[in-house]
Amino acid sequence: MATGARQIGDPILALEGISLSFGGVKALTDISFDVREHEVRAIIGPNGAGKSSMLNVINGVYRPQRGTISFRGRVRRDMNTHDAASHGIARTFQNIALFKSMSVLDNVMTGRNLKMKASFLEQALWIGRARREEYEQREKVEAIIDFLEIQHIRKTPVGRLPYGLQKRVELARALAAEPTLLLLDEPMAGMNVEEKQDMCRFILDVNEQYGTTIVLIEHDMGVVMDISDRVVVLDYGKKIGDGTPDEVRADRAVIDAYLGVAR
Amino acid sequence: MSFFFEVLIGGLLSGIMYSLVALGFVLIYKASGVFNFAQGALVFFAALTFVGLGELKLPFWLALPATLAVMVLLAFVIERLMLRPLVNQPQITLFMATIGLAFFIEGLAQMMWGANVRGLDLGLQDEPIQWISDKTGMNISKFDLAAAGVAALLVAVLAIFFNRTRVGRALRAVADDHQAALAVGIPLRQIWTIVWGVAGAVALVAGLLWGARNGVQYALTFVALKALPVLILGGFESVPGAIVGGLIIGASEKLAEVYIGPFVGGGIEGWFPYVLALVFLLVRPEGLFGEKIIRRI
Amino acid sequence: MIYREAGQFKASYAADSAIFPIRQDRVGIAVILAFVFVVVPLTATPYLFSAILIPFLILSLAALGLNILTGYAGQVSLGTAAFMAVGAFASYNFMLRVPGMPILLAFVGGGVMAALVGILFGLPSLRIRGFYLAVATLAAQFFILWVLTKVGWITNYSSSGVITAQQIVILGYRFDAPAAKYLLVLSIASIMALAAKNMARGNVGRSWMAVRDMDVAAEVIGIRLMRAKLLAFAVSSFYCGVAGALYAYAYLGTVEPEAYSLDLSFRILFMVIVGGVGTVLGSFLGSAFITLVPVLLSVTVRFLDASLNLGIAESTISNLELMVFGGLIIFFLIVEPHGLARLWQIAKEKLRLWPFPH
Repeated sequence: MATGARQIGDPILALEGISLSFGGVKALTDISFDVREHEVRAIIGPNGAGKSSMLNVINGVYRPQRGTISFRGRVRRDMNTHDAASHGIARTFQNIALFKSMSVLDNVMTGRNLKMKASFLEQALWIGRARREEYEQREKVEAIIDFLEIQHIRKTPVGRLPYGLQKRVELARALAAEPTLLLLDEPMAGMNVEEKQDMCRFILDVNEQYGTTIVLIEHDMGVVMDISDRVVVLDYGKKIGDGTPDEVRADRAVIDAYLGVAR
Repeated sequence: MSFFFEVLIGGLLSGIMYSLVALGFVLIYKASGVFNFAQGALVFFAALTFVGLGELKLPFWLALPATLAVMVLLAFVIERLMLRPLVNQPQITLFMATIGLAFFIEGLAQMMWGANVRGLDLGLQDEPIQWISDKTGMNISKFDLAAAGVAALLVAVLAIFFNRTRVGRALRAVADDHQAALAVGIPLRQIWTIVWGVAGAVALVAGLLWGARNGVQYALTFVALKALPVLILGGFESVPGAIVGGLIIGASEKLAEVYIGPFVGGGIEGWFPYVLALVFLLVRPEGLFGEKIIRRI
Repeated sequence: MIYREAGQFKASYAADSAIFPIRQDRVGIAVILAFVFVVVPLTATPYLFSAILIPFLILSLAALGLNILTGYAGQVSLGTAAFMAVGAFASYNFMLRVPGMPILLAFVGGGVMAALVGILFGLPSLRIRGFYLAVATLAAQFFILWVLTKVGWITNYSSSGVITAQQIVILGYRFDAPAAKYLLVLSIASIMALAAKNMARGNVGRSWMAVRDMDVAAEVIGIRLMRAKLLAFAVSSFYCGVAGALYAYAYLGTVEPEAYSLDLSFRILFMVIVGGVGTVLGSFLGSAFITLVPVLLSVTVRFLDASLNLGIAESTISNLELMVFGGLIIFFLIVEPHGLARLWQIAKEKLRLWPFPH
């Protein structure tokens, strides 16, 4: 059960009739659902159901063949990645898309790149605006590093960190962009119980303290039932369930999909 | 009109020669994932060794296998001293290592045999075939035709080797993933020695033909650079691609020089194949026969 | 014990992200700067300046340019020398055709022209990567040199194709003497190295490294790929263009296409590999190494030849040089792929712990 004294608001993201295919393979068929402001929305479903593709459509990595996306009131045929980023959508990836040769600090700093306006010439000369910006942004980034408790590894190259910490750094980088909508692709995959608890705590803190709307893909049913406000269920690229965790848990179609009843 | 065909056919035939060099690249890339920048140096080394042995009064039928043996020995040494220590390094590292190897082999070849330009006589003259020029007025060289025949034969042999034999399959596995190949028990080291040895043999054939045509000299190493556009067109992993790519590059290079050259002051052979390859890349990054690269995130 | 940073606390972000955060490093760099700016000009011989120090500095600048492209932005290039040539010929034309052009401005102009050409040849990088991009840069190398040879206007219709470079005159002072040229080149190289370091640790450097490591993720966080890649080509080519202009004006004395051959492109690539890809220090270390090796080799061989009376031919020395270069490249790639700069870092870390082993 999601907690907090947040007010869940109106929908800020609405997907209408999204269909996506690669060559002959249909990844998503006619998906429609919405996400309300400040809520935690989970997307669940068996492997290959199209969950990651769904996130990719939302932030513009894939272009759907059909359907519309509306974010913060603006309706579009598709999103492009730069627009998504500049309008406040950030995400993490299933297989960790960190910049392996850079340090934790530098990785999180890249998350702030859209806030930095100084030209390369100003940076080369290290004057005025470039210098100021660098230190201002550093301060903001340090706040996030404190929040996620990764101060002790801030100068370590990311490639050397264990998997669980890398996931946390990726979350930090996404948070650095001060997003309105945060997309998390299996943020707890490969973690042990303690690490999962920490991650849950961080995600809920983000949602409560910053009011960030969160869409997350997750396989651990316990986590999903605990922290999400509403759930979308996908199977073979189609939506088969949409509602609160309790509603979805009791839904016949969902039970069939997970228990694999013969069709 | 027949002039056009003459230039075209001449270009196609010289393109076959490029293909021969490109074949060596493809072999090594297919089997070890290494882009062997030193292939040109190997061609040079092979040709120089052959001619050098001839100067030491070895007859043709002894010099040829002797040179082949030297190339195999070289493959052995390369595997031991360069490939083995660099196992599983990123491709770009291996590429740069082969650049170093190229320099090393060029220096070695010249130190062993001297740097004078020599001729190479294979008993084939670069003369027009009489009955063709009588009938059609086109001059097509005996030599070029023979070279094309040799190349065709070589390609057929290699194609069978790769697709029909166990060793060939092992080579393809190795090209895909070194560690996985090791994990299923493929003897990496032997495979690599075989492949570089075969590439050395191909280099020898290319070296003899190019050497006979242009003389055995340092400029031979630049032929390898010409093979790069061939590989781009044909794809890095395809034996037929190397042939088709070579034909296209050879023909277009000659045609461009003859028909466009006079308008821009000549000498466009030096860069035309590259620009052609570049334009091609923009349209089809994986080449004619290459495999499309799909990236998942 | 000397190299401990114990007790040196950083109280501000500025102090933490400084180029030389440790006091001992700051002292060290001050000593080095004093040495190269004051001691060397007073003590070195003209031969040392003209044959070793000046080319070392100029090629360091070119290596820095290549490092920006390859090391920071991850784009391969085999056409470095061609961009140097653009810089040289552009500077020549600025000096020739613009009356009263200050030569430093001509060098900058040469760099800017090179940057523009760099952007043009960098456009394919938006669709191609890896070896394919390397081959595309070869296209640049061959095509640019052909244009510079064929288009008469560029060489002012010189019949031999070899043009004498104009004198370097700044504020009325003629930079004729080797020591003077050395100081000029040293100053330019130092300033541009500082600028490169600033860019590397700033937002632009991070964007480049992000594109290098995983361009899809970089796009997702809002970095514009096209802008970042083309900027890398532009800045890199600017550095190469300025280096090329200096190569003609402060080293060769002539402006000719043959000086900017594929061979030079490879030499600079070797400098980057040996020195350490993606580091400013590496550009200098690599250049020093590649500049010194032929000299040392030649001296050693001649010495052995004279003392042991071996009768070694000239050509043997140049072949040995090829073999040594090739062998060294392979050696470095096996032993320390991150080059001399990494070896230096390791040495410093050992020095920190000294006299303890770990």
